Amino acid sequence: MGFPHPPHPRETQVLSRWFGDAEARTYAGWIKRGGYAALEQALGMTREQVIEEVKTSGLRGRGGAGFPAGVKWSFMPRQKTKAHYLCCNADESEPGTFKDREIMRWTPHQLLEGCAIAAYAIQAEQVFLYIRGEFTEPLRIMQAALDEAYARGVLGANAMGKGVRIDITIHRGAGAYICGEETALMNSIEGKRGNPRIRPPFPAAVGVFGCPTTINNVETLSSVPHIIARGGAWYKGLSLSSPKSTGTKLFSICGTVARPGNYEVTMGFPLKELLLDLAGGMRPGRTLKAVIPGGSSVPILTAEEAMDTLLDYEGCVAKGTMLGSGGMIVLDDSVDMVYQVMRLARFYAHESCAQCTQCREGTAWTVKILQRILGGEGRPADLDVLLDLSEQMTGRTICVLSDSCAAPVVSAIRKFRPEFERYLGHGKAAARA
Amino acid sequence: MSAADGAGTGGAGGAGGSGAGARTGAAATARARAEHGVAVLPAVFGDEGRRKLDAILARYPAKSGALLPALWMVQEAHGWVSPEGMAEVAAVLGLTPAYVKGVVTFYTMYHQHPVGKYFVQVCTTTPCNVCGAEDVVAAFLKATGAGALGATSPDGLWTVVESECLGACGFATPVMINDDFIEGVTAESVPALVARYR
Repeated sequence: MGFPHPPHPRETQVLSRWFGDAEARTYAGWIKRGGYAALEQALGMTREQVIEEVKTSGLRGRGGAGFPAGVKWSFMPRQKTKAHYLCCNADESEPGTFKDREIMRWTPHQLLEGCAIAAYAIQAEQVFLYIRGEFTEPLRIMQAALDEAYARGVLGANAMGKGVRIDITIHRGAGAYICGEETALMNSIEGKRGNPRIRPPFPAAVGVFGCPTTINNVETLSSVPHIIARGGAWYKGLSLSSPKSTGTKLFSICGTVARPGNYEVTMGFPLKELLLDLAGGMRPGRTLKAVIPGGSSVPILTAEEAMDTLLDYEGCVAKGTMLGSGGMIVLDDSVDMVYQVMRLARFYAHESCAQCTQCREGTAWTVKILQRILGGEGRPADLDVLLDLSEQMTGRTICVLSDSCAAPVVSAIRKFRPEFERYLGHGKAAARA
Repeated sequence: MSAADGAGTGGAGGAGGSGAGARTGAAATARARAEHGVAVLPAVFGDEGRRKLDAILARYPAKSGALLPALWMVQEAHGWVSPEGMAEVAAVLGLTPAYVKGVVTFYTMYHQHPVGKYFVQVCTTTPCNVCGAEDVVAAFLKATGAGALGATSPDGLWTVVESECLGACGFATPVMINDDFIEGVTAESVPALVARYR
């Protein structure tokens, strides 16, 4: 469903099938829709069989990195010597992305079921569901579903009556984009500042509270019940293009577009058709200028590039960008690219945890230079300074927040340089009103 | 009343063991308290609060895991996280007040000084920004009388801030008023929205 719009015939609704249907939020409603059958099935399989099925499906992490989920699970120790944990990353904060919010708002049991199956597969008795602090409504809905799941014996010391302990705890964030980075998320659960950790050690060895941990995104985990119920091969078959990108993906489309919303299509769907056909194209009288296809952290595509992009991991890489979280920011000809790139840089400067110098200083300098340019006081060398600065900010820090600030800046200067140059060399007369 | 509040606040600031660097913060807090008529804050982890905290603690393998939830409890009780609140949390979780403050200052949603009865966060990051979010901010500043970002309106009711991405980009412009999450706010719809809360 192109929620909040009616479903489009070209969507493939797996995760979003019950969006907009309030009854699906309840335990009884979820059972009526076939819910928790996959969990029951999974608990009757060996843990290895569950992991194999997910490996077969080709499911890749939907939070942005695209790492194969089954492979990630297989990194967890087979011999359990201490507690294992699963963390569900519901800190959805990447500008342009609002898919996990809808999954939690409409199908909380779908996520709980996915969490429970994954917990079983990796021998975790405890799941931490980390929901960003601003998501008050999803938080209420998830808590109500969780209470019901406990009351019905789905979770707890004897989950589904199968003698397995699966506990899920909701951990509310408190306002910090960086806590969506998996090691920062674990620190936040531990009651620390949300600073990312240096890897190695990787979470599967030393994770939350020093124990082996797997962190998966909401959309990734919500896909798992469907894979168990219908088979990894079925899921893998849901692809229009590359065998390396499988299944369906929720795309959050926003910005200056006619019908913003969440659209679920199979991997390899053409960006052009998603934008023009499903999302209704541009607003009246407007033309497309640029698309940021994978959340604000990825390189910007020009309109021409976007019209020729296939939406899967490889298709986006082929165009020099990334699929990321699937949060697609659409920018039309009314948009001041310099100003919006400054706003994005301001976001990253605000959200930098300030551990690494390149990020702490680099994001702040980027904002200052862009503001100087916008104020009509830019210097001729400023664009080259920004490019050089961005290079120094890429690949040199503990996490990729710094790189995420550099990507839109570099791509915008390379692809929309005349817009930047218009501000330069004319003094205050060229300043943005 | 305001004189008594001022004295009480000074005492609390001193008891917190603040050094020179914290004095400005304590003074700002005292001013904010006087503006908002905040006097002595009741303990959060009395009988009922303690029971709630114990239930939370049972979910974590280490006490520190309950830090963020405990701070939320303080903010729900007091409307902000005061130095006394931080000290109380530190005491019940076996942490130092300095450690707790270090965590509080990391997260944007914990208020480190009193705010208006209605705390308004308007998303102004790019996807909302291109849909008119800055006009929504201006409309809130005008309709609430808050005047400037981060300031509280003279009637003590409203504080308006810009927020970085609220994660509802397809529903521009999303606004939070306390825990209420409101989608699709426009500059035109702000006055009626503000009137609903007044």
